[in-house]
Amino acid sequence: MGLSIATATGLYGVSFGALAVAAGLTVGQTMALSLLMFTGGSQFAFIGVIAGGGVPSAALGAAALLGVRNAVYAMQMNHMLQPQGWRKWLAAQVTIDESTATAAGQTALDEQRRGFWVAGLGIFVLWNLFTFVGAWLGDALGDPRRWGLDGAAVAAFLGLLWPRLRQREPVALAVLSGVVTALALPQLPPGLPILVAAAVGAAWGWWMPDRAAASAGAEGAAP
Amino acid sequence: MSLWLAILVGAAVTYLTKLSGYAVPARWLNNPRMTRVAGAITVALLSALTVMNTFASGTALVLDARLAALAVAALALWARLPFLLVVVLGAVSAGAVRWWT
Repeated sequence: MGLSIATATGLYGVSFGALAVAAGLTVGQTMALSLLMFTGGSQFAFIGVIAGGGVPSAALGAAALLGVRNAVYAMQMNHMLQPQGWRKWLAAQVTIDESTATAAGQTALDEQRRGFWVAGLGIFVLWNLFTFVGAWLGDALGDPRRWGLDGAAVAAFLGLLWPRLRQREPVALAVLSGVVTALALPQLPPGLPILVAAAVGAAWGWWMPDRAAASAGAEGAAP
Repeated sequence: MSLWLAILVGAAVTYLTKLSGYAVPARWLNNPRMTRVAGAITVALLSALTVMNTFASGTALVLDARLAALAVAALALWARLPFLLVVVLGAVSAGAVRWWT
């Protein structure tokens, strides 16, 4: 199971690599993101802000905020797998959506451990390999707009958002956040509307006390 | 801030975020409210990035070929096509609209 997830995720790397180069990053900068940052959502956010004309510090802010959920995953994995010594430092780097989901999908402890490490390390290797292929392709293609690569970025973000929209509450939040972003875009410097949306999300998560109240609020928020 | 500095600082921040879950006592993070906040920030940011990449041109809102990419991607996701194919279809539809108009 871990290996099939790793293979599928590795393929996202092609899109990331090509889009990063299209956003104006060098192949080296693109690889640095995949090797060192290694959390897909944050990496896409980083290049998304740069592609939209945002300053690097705004890209950093967006990437850092999208990485917050990894702390929650890490806490779950620490509780479940209890890695010791140097393994803890290595486990931290490969604590992402997919490795957490793989481990959480198992019931026996040794299966959980194996799922986490196979998915985490497998995705790390494939993600970087495919990032390089994508970056190299993006470099060779030249003008990204001619190939519709800006359309690919749109599709990629929607594709990352889609699996999180299974219930009414996140749909309402997504609509609210999208509207706020569209309203903020002409008013604020590039990159800041993203951070406004993050603040909306944080406030939503903080003040929506339970699921019932959240979906009642959701009906009010969705036009 | 240069692009390289932002990449390196960003990588350090995201790594320390991951490490914090292994380092701090579980009770600091192990409450439903933190989980909800992290999940809500993720949804809000991905939605904002989708809107920005579809409609933003600098600080102006525009309707162009990227809207076709959004529509086609939504259809493809609704049809449960794999992520990579969704991305390719997005590129093809934006490219096709530019070609014809």
